[in-house]
Amino acid sequence: MKPAPFDYAKPATLEEAFGLLEDHGEDARVLAGGQSLLPALYMRLSAPAILVDISALDALRGISIDNETLRIGALTSHTELQASEDVARAAPLLVQAVAHIAHPAIRNRGTFGGSLAHADPAAELPACMVALDARLEIAGPTGPRKVAAADFFHGLYETDLAPGEILTAAEIPLLQKGFRSGFAEFARRTGDFAMAALAAHGRFDGGRVRDLRLVYAGVDIRPVRALSAEQIIEGEAVAAELVAKARARLGDDLKPTGDLHASAAMKLQLSGVLLERVLSEMAGAR
Amino acid sequence: MDPSREISLTVNGERITTRVEPRTSLVDFLREDAGLTGSHVGCEHGVCGACTVRLNGMIVRGCLTLAVQADGAEVWTIEGVSDSGEIAALQEAFLKRNALQCGYCTPAMLLTAAALLKENPAPTRPEIREYLSGNYCRCTGYQAIVDAVQAASQAKGPGS
Repeated sequence: MKPAPFDYAKPATLEEAFGLLEDHGEDARVLAGGQSLLPALYMRLSAPAILVDISALDALRGISIDNETLRIGALTSHTELQASEDVARAAPLLVQAVAHIAHPAIRNRGTFGGSLAHADPAAELPACMVALDARLEIAGPTGPRKVAAADFFHGLYETDLAPGEILTAAEIPLLQKGFRSGFAEFARRTGDFAMAALAAHGRFDGGRVRDLRLVYAGVDIRPVRALSAEQIIEGEAVAAELVAKARARLGDDLKPTGDLHASAAMKLQLSGVLLERVLSEMAGAR
Repeated sequence: MDPSREISLTVNGERITTRVEPRTSLVDFLREDAGLTGSHVGCEHGVCGACTVRLNGMIVRGCLTLAVQADGAEVWTIEGVSDSGEIAALQEAFLKRNALQCGYCTPAMLLTAAALLKENPAPTRPEIREYLSGNYCRCTGYQAIVDAVQAASQAKGPGS
């Protein structure tokens, strides 16, 4: 199908973008890579009057690293993320996760910030941001602000972004000594959205796991931490019996709703398998 | 008010300056305005991959890119890379192994396979399958396509 007609603007500065978003209010949509927005327009799930193309905003580009944080600009493509040595060193979880996002032609245009701002509950990067305790940088007409990833994702395609605001970057704490990450996903076909995915991050201290974060995608309306399972594993060594105990508690943490791709019971089952796989891989990694 | 926008881009090495409606996809522009019908339109929402073209050196979905977004860009389509001889070995391998039946997915398969071989000149079969997973073929069952890509990669490899 063809999308409904819309107008198009490509602001050269953030201020210009804020002006356009203010003028058009709910009739405007921000366009970055367009890999989620354009399908929605084609299917006429959305019919904005104007697209505000932010791809010329250089402030939203680039990957940089300082003593404490890795900063990833919102316009970074999935392909750039996948190829970045800084990302591989400072946040390897992202490289593990990006391989599961769609296909090469889509990864070439889809953006990091677009995926976060779109907040599809089955998307990989939102779960990674929560697992890595990232802070998201937001710019708006009243100035910039930062919000913890755990507070950014509100629900189904809903985020902390207020009307007129634009996600500009994410700040991720650098990988500290002893920390490891793991990612696994079940999808019907390569590149499909996850039926269930798990992003995990934690410290291995003499064989014992500390500060573990287990964040699931595809099982709820937003990324969800498996807090009870984390608690069981905290301070312990990864062993089959312990993981089975944690897995048995996943039902307390995850309340999946079934969808076209998998029933609720299947999603919970897959989540348990992911837990076993990811933890054993992380424990075995050197 | 005229809603159209002026864009200027190069397609297969040729400069084109024209006006397009903002909602026109890159692949519709290439087919309808530039007359290059080798890029196909399948699902029109980014799933089938039939519309794959090369934008600034990278393969993209021609349906998930607006023509206005390609302003200032360099675009190559199957016509261009075919005429230049760049993918001749792949085309030969597709022919030899019957890696097409109706041919609808073939231009996109070739462009995607060419992108793979550029990144990874000697891919394994699982790597080929993984890379082509965003391109649907409804005829062949993929076996012959993977065979052809593998053959073309070996043809380019050392000692062949």
